[in-house]
Amino acid sequence: MQALYAQLLVGLINGSFYALLSLGLAVIFGMLNIINFAHGALYMMGAFCAYFLLNLLNIGYWPALILAPIIVGIFGMILERTMLQWLSGLDHLYGLLLTFGMALIIQGIFQNYFGSSGLPYAIPDELKGGMNLGFMFLPIYRGWVVVFSLIVCLATWYLIERTRLGANLRAATENPTLVRAFGINVPRMITLTYGLGVGLAALAGVLSAPINQVRPLMGADLIIVVFAVVVIGGMGSIMGSIITGFALGVIEGLTKYFYPEASNTVVFVLMVLVLLVKPTGLTGRAN
Amino acid sequence: MANSAMAVAAKAPTSGAGKPVLSVANLEAWYGESHILHGIDFNVNAGEVVTLLGRNGAGKTTTLKSVMGIIGKRTGSIRFNDQDISRASSDKIARMGVAFCPEERGIFASLDVRENLLLPPIVRSGGLSLDQIFELFPNLKERLNSQGTKLSGGEQQMLAIARILRTGARFLMLDEPTEGLAPVIIQQIGQTIARLKSEGFTILLVEQNFRFAATVADRYYIVEHGKIIDGFANSELAANMDKLHTYLGV
Repeated sequence: MQALYAQLLVGLINGSFYALLSLGLAVIFGMLNIINFAHGALYMMGAFCAYFLLNLLNIGYWPALILAPIIVGIFGMILERTMLQWLSGLDHLYGLLLTFGMALIIQGIFQNYFGSSGLPYAIPDELKGGMNLGFMFLPIYRGWVVVFSLIVCLATWYLIERTRLGANLRAATENPTLVRAFGINVPRMITLTYGLGVGLAALAGVLSAPINQVRPLMGADLIIVVFAVVVIGGMGSIMGSIITGFALGVIEGLTKYFYPEASNTVVFVLMVLVLLVKPTGLTGRAN
Repeated sequence: MANSAMAVAAKAPTSGAGKPVLSVANLEAWYGESHILHGIDFNVNAGEVVTLLGRNGAGKTTTLKSVMGIIGKRTGSIRFNDQDISRASSDKIARMGVAFCPEERGIFASLDVRENLLLPPIVRSGGLSLDQIFELFPNLKERLNSQGTKLSGGEQQMLAIARILRTGARFLMLDEPTEGLAPVIIQQIGQTIARLKSEGFTILLVEQNFRFAATVADRYYIVEHGKIIDGFANSELAANMDKLHTYLGV
């Protein structure tokens, strides 16, 4: 039983990263109509940003949790202003190819300087150690990642689905031309949305640094699974991305316990099944 | 060519009202490669209701979209309150006080009625308050929490007009507000337009429904093949009836 709970926890942790990343992808896809293949590389930059802050400027985990998403988010907004904005109105393929190229360049640069091995990033003192829950031992940092990710996901959902700003964003996703004709600066909103999505990826990167170490290819490994999660959940819904992200993490964890051989493929098998039955994804809407 | 069109525009009487709020001269516009407008000239004076009439595909909607700044390529002169807006982006034009109610209403499915209503930002003071809007359109108040596109066609049209009245813009462009609606709703929209006019709004209307237009308009322009080919005041309507039937093919 201990092993089952441990795998469930690992599943929830992975689910947290899936949820944060697929949420950002969904928001970006909605507004920019771009499948952001650079998402994994930006997640990695979040982790590296925390690493640099600590080792170059002696700025610790807590400030990094805020600073890294802002810094990487600004980097993302520069990418959007200088490159992605020119693709608006074109087929998805152009955005996918451009962001895929960006990912290769960003990862290549980091690999050139840092190789492929992981750099250590220590768990902050406040979150070291663990708790005995009776039925299992819970490392505090891992519990924190799950709870904090969930809070960030729900806050993002609230921002988009329940606020005036979110209403502008949803409207602009539906009909940007008309929203702009009402006097709303849609291009600026698009840039900020890309920054938000990228910031969420960078935040996931910082959260992951103490667990998975900091590696140039950490995002490349993860992003493939995240895209499968997005396909399963469907691009249309914010809550759908969150729930699918966590659920698939847990399913992966359970598979590791019951049938470890399939744990690396279960998400992709599910993706195939969903595509056969409902090609728009579980919560997606046909366009 | 432009000169003859301008002569037509000049011929249309200015119906006594104030100075031009909108004046368009030699406007040409393109959708991608297709050249839609070939030199449109007209003006709208303060407090007037001016209607663009014409057959399907004549260029009426494109004219409104060009004024609003949502046509990719346009040339010529568009002046709003004496400022050139022919190169401005649509969000800037909206902020100057031009409000647009598009064909097919443009109600957002992912927003509820309240969110749809509150979406366009206030561009200047003097817009209608929510209470005034609910007085004008009582149905909307009861359906505030419904999804925007769950409303009936008539209610959606009222929502589309209501949301631009909140913004404080005094110049409204309404694109076929009666399209596909029941006669009783059309009447209600006619009353609304009459009331807005009496409150000093300036309105540029695009209509195919000539009989509806005749109940609200001060002046008419006829659009054909991307040009204004004629114009007359409501008082000259009877004298122009035969011509009008030919223009509109009704």
